[in-house]
Formats: sequence, C-alpha cells, structure tokens
Amino acid sequence: MLEIRNVSKRYGTAQVLTDVNFDVIPGRMTGFVGGNGAGKTTTMRIILGVLASDGGTITLGGTKLTPEDRRRFGYMPEERGLYPKMKVEEQLIYLARLHGLSSAAAKKNAGALLEQLGLTERSSSTVESLSLGNQQRAQIAAALVHDPEVLILDEPFSGLDPLAVDVVVSVLKDRAVSGAPVLFSSHQLDIVERLCDDLVIIANGSIRANGSRESLRAAHSTLRYELISSGDAGWLRAVPGVSVVDFDGGYALFDVDTEATAQAVLRDAIGRGDVATFSPQHPSLAQIFKEVIR
Amino acid sequence: MTTTTTTTTRPPAPSIAQSTWLVAEREITVRLRSKAFLISTGILLLLVLASIVIGGFAAQNAASEKTPVAVVGTAGDAIPSGAALDITEASSVDEASELVRDGTVDAAIVPDSSTPLGVGIIADTSAPSGLIGQLSISPPVTLLDENATNPLITYFVALGFGLVFFMSAMTFGSVIAQNVVEEKQTRVVEILMSAIPVHALMAGKVLGNSILAFGQIAVIAALSIIGLTITGQTDLLSGLGTPIIWFVAFFAIGFVLLAALFAATGSMVSRMEDIGSTTTPVTMMIMLPYFAVIFFNENPTVMAIMSYVPFSAPVGMPVRLFLGTAAWWEPILSLVILALTTVACIWVGSRIYQNSLLKMGARVKWGEALKS
Repeated sequence: MLEIRNVSKRYGTAQVLTDVNFDVIPGRMTGFVGGNGAGKTTTMRIILGVLASDGGTITLGGTKLTPEDRRRFGYMPEERGLYPKMKVEEQLIYLARLHGLSSAAAKKNAGALLEQLGLTERSSSTVESLSLGNQQRAQIAAALVHDPEVLILDEPFSGLDPLAVDVVVSVLKDRAVSGAPVLFSSHQLDIVERLCDDLVIIANGSIRANGSRESLRAAHSTLRYELISSGDAGWLRAVPGVSVVDFDGGYALFDVDTEATAQAVLRDAIGRGDVATFSPQHPSLAQIFKEVIR
Repeated sequence: MTTTTTTTTRPPAPSIAQSTWLVAEREITVRLRSKAFLISTGILLLLVLASIVIGGFAAQNAASEKTPVAVVGTAGDAIPSGAALDITEASSVDEASELVRDGTVDAAIVPDSSTPLGVGIIADTSAPSGLIGQLSISPPVTLLDENATNPLITYFVALGFGLVFFMSAMTFGSVIAQNVVEEKQTRVVEILMSAIPVHALMAGKVLGNSILAFGQIAVIAALSIIGLTITGQTDLLSGLGTPIIWFVAFFAIGFVLLAALFAATGSMVSRMEDIGSTTTPVTMMIMLPYFAVIFFNENPTVMAIMSYVPFSAPVGMPVRLFLGTAAWWEPILSLVILALTTVACIWVGSRIYQNSLLKMGARVKWGEALKS
C-alpha cells in the first residue's frame, strides 16, 4: 500500500499542500479529483520524488520510499512529454533502460505494449508525426514499459477519444488486477466515476474527502428517492416528512426524513396504482465533488 | 490486501554511471543521426582541409616562381648567383626591348656604364620590385631573435585556434542548451527525473556532447597534422604540432566547463525562444577570447593573461606555445587552473539545473536558480 502522510508543500508564500493524507491500495484504481491548481500535480510529483516536499512522508508497504523504489513507479506527467523527434519504439526502449531493464527485456516490453495499445504500425514513426490520440497512447506505453509496480498517472484520459479511453482503461485495469496500486487524476468526473474503486478529492491543497466510491456515496446520500407510477403523484406533497424536489405527472423526485417514511410512501403508492420505479437516488460524483469542495 | 513484494524478481537498478552513460549514449546517437550535424561537421572539415591545401600551394608557388628576364651581353655578370630569374639571352638592347614589349619577359637587364652597378633595367610600365631587390646591394642584417615568428603566420595560427574553439564551443554548446529546453518544454524531463537522479541526467548530457565535440576537435587536429605533412609544410608543422596537442587537451576540459554552463543556463528557460536570455553570458565567455586573440595576438601581456584565464586558456596557451613565449610548466599550471574551475562550474551548474528543471513559464531568476 502506498501511504501519503502529512505531506506539505509551500512555494514562496503560497501554501500549495497542507497535511495531505491518503492511501493508494494495491489492486484498486484510485481516482484523484480536484479543480485546477488544487494540488494534484504537485502531490503526484512529490510521490514520484521529482519534487521535494516540505514535510511529511510517503511509504510503500510500510517503508519510506527511496529513489530505488521510485524507479519501479510508472509515471505519466500531466502535460505530455516525450522526445518529439525520437522514434516511438526507440524511445520506449530508452525509458525502460533508464528504469533499469536490460536491453532485451526493454525491447520485449516495448513491442508487447505497442501491440496492446494498437501502435505496432507506428513503432518506427517519430512521436511528433503521430496523431494526438496516438501520442497519448505512446505516453501511456512510456509509463508502463518498465513493468512498474505502482502507477501514478496525471490526467491519463485527457485528449483521448472514447475508443482510446476504453483501450487505456483496459490496460490500466490489467495492471490494477495484477496487484499494482494505481493513482490517476482526471477532470472528467464521469470517467472517474465509472473507473475508480477509491476516490480522493482535493481542494486548495487539502484533502476534502477520501475513501471507497461506495462509502463516499453513502456518506453523501440524502435519502432521496425517485418514484414513477401510473397515477398522478401530486398526493406526495401532502405526506408528512416528504419534500418534493421535482414533479411531473406520475414522476416524482423527493427527499424523506427517515427510511420508514420512504417505505410508507411506497406502500401508499402501490395502493394508488401501478409502480414502475421506486429507487433510492445516489448522488453523482459531480454532486459529491461540488458538495465537498464548497 | 496484498502488498507489493515482487522486488526480488527485479533486476538491480542501474548505477549512476550506467544511467549517465545511457543518457550520454542517447545524446550521441541522436546527434550522429542529425543531418544538420553531419553536414556542418563536413563543412568544417572541408574548410580546414582547404586552408591547409591552399596554404601549401601558396608556399610552393612563392618558392618556385621565377621572374622571366632578358639579359644583354655582360649585364649577366651583375646577377648574383641563385637569383630567382628565368634568363633569356638577347643579342642587343633593341632585341631585349622588343622581348619586354611583347611580354615574353617581364624586364630586361642591359649594360649601363653610367651607374655604379654597371647595369640598367628596361621594363614595360613598371619594374618588377622583386627584380630590383635581387640586383640591389643590401646592408648586412643581424637578427637578435632569429626564432621570431612572422607576425602574419602568428595571426593565422591564432585565428585558426580561436575559430576552431569558437565554432565547436558555440555549436555544441547551443545544442546542449536546446536539448535541455526541449526536455523541459516537452515535460519528458519529469519522466527522466522520476527514473534517474538529476545529476546523472546532467552528467550524461555533458559527457555525451563533450565526447562528440572532443571527437570533432581530434579529427580536425589529426587532419591538420596529416595535411601539413602531406603538403610538405613541415616547418610550420614542427612549430604547430605541440600547440595542437595542447589545444586538444585544453579543449577537452574547457568544453566540459562550457557544457555544464550551457546545460545549467538552458534549464532556466521553458521555451526555445528564451534561450538567449540566459545563455548570453556563457556565449560571451566564448566570444571574448576569440576576439581578444585576433586583436591582441602580438601583445605578450594580454596573451599571458589570456593563457591563464580558464575561458580563454584553450586558445591563449597554444598560441603562446607556438610563439615559444611559454615555459614548459606554464601549460600544466594553466590546465590545472582550468580543471579546478571546471569542477567548480559543474558544481554550480548542477545546482542551477536541479533548481530550474521543473520551473515552467517565465525565466527562472538567478537568485532562485542558485539557492541551495
């Protein structure tokens, strides 16, 4: 498990990170969400050792990270970075070797990844000649080519079309399933919602929420229910403990004061006619996000 | 929950030396594949070769060229033996005059009892000065310093060392600065920094480019020595051989110094367009010695100072060695000073590099770049 403990960072007079604490659990995808300038990239750079923190520790499996450990990390920086005039495959081999792979192992990994990401045909093209989407795939390959044990990806999905997103998602899930902790940041909340097992929300340099997706949802759910019935749902307004949020003929979205009120409403609704849908509403990630960063 | 304990199956991480060499290797292969580099090196080598060959021909022509003259009767007695003249015998003054007029000869030497020499010269529009010199009687000259070098040759030797140093340092130096900015601009540097220590990255860059620059200089030096030998300019070679070897030694260390400074100053900017704003001081340190050696190559005091100042020593010391004004221990002392300065510059340079690599956007301020 990768543990980030009490990490702080200050640039001049600006405090960019304050006591950042969270875990990245092996085998799970952890989404890292926050607005621009919230401190995502700074946190990731500190985890990678590219940037020094002013305080706090980062441990992997209980021991403090060393540069040696960090070589086994895979990193994808936010703004894309590869040598524009170097051939894709050559570049991957070079990066793998910098991470300590033998020349043969580097070649083998690079070939396999290019195959997996559908870039085999472009392996001897220069990076600058690739389309944006393909450059992005090459970038992902660069983060994975040395078989990293931990993945830190800054905005891995920005600039990808939906098909490419699926390809990348499947590659990342493979790594997570094989036991690697995967931390990725994204602005695209819908992708994070679909992908992540755990979630870390950061705003103004401090962690606002952190935990599994389900627990966060449960913590922020507001006893809201949706009802779709055959008759007019106007009667709901008169039920004590119910406040209607939205209403249209047989459709109603409403909050209740207790779980028991909801059950009473359901029994009542069935008595009045056919009920097509009666379901508790979970807040979307976007709603949770807005709520916690407020 | 599993913890990652697969460390035992991993190959050991490469050492600093291996990382440095990997970076250096990439710098070298990328450069050797660049057409611009190959073409500019080719042009530089051609220029060196051409100047040697042309110099050789000029020397030979100067030696073999004889002035064609017509000589009438006893006037030939006035010509000193060994004069560089191509003599045509003419039977009379009129015939000799005719030969001058139609251009067969440059001038005619005719008997003329009215002068102390006993001969006169007939020429078409003006008398060839070389001829007059050969027929004149000169007062004996005693040279106090027989080894003094022709100032024109001194100038060209100084210019040659200066130009080669200037060109190599500028081209390779700016390539280093550009590479650093490219890595910063494309953010590839973040991946590199997460894989290997920053000082290995900088050392690899400096090493790779120094090897290339040194290789280029060594080829130029070898080409000069071989060229001078083949074209028979052995006099010049015997004077130049030692200075050239010292030049290569000074260049090898001096370039490492410049490379470190170029890498450091390049890392302070984020865009190619801004390179000039921080690398200018380093560029100046290359240009000033170049101009100084052109203007002051005959001023022993300036040259003596230049031969010890680390930035100009690679040019100043070889010129002084060529002139024979440096004692045997002087290049060694100067080389030690240069080496110590280089170590200091690498230390300062790597600090600037480390502090600046991740700072994007505006140029990094000197104070910020230098802070520990």
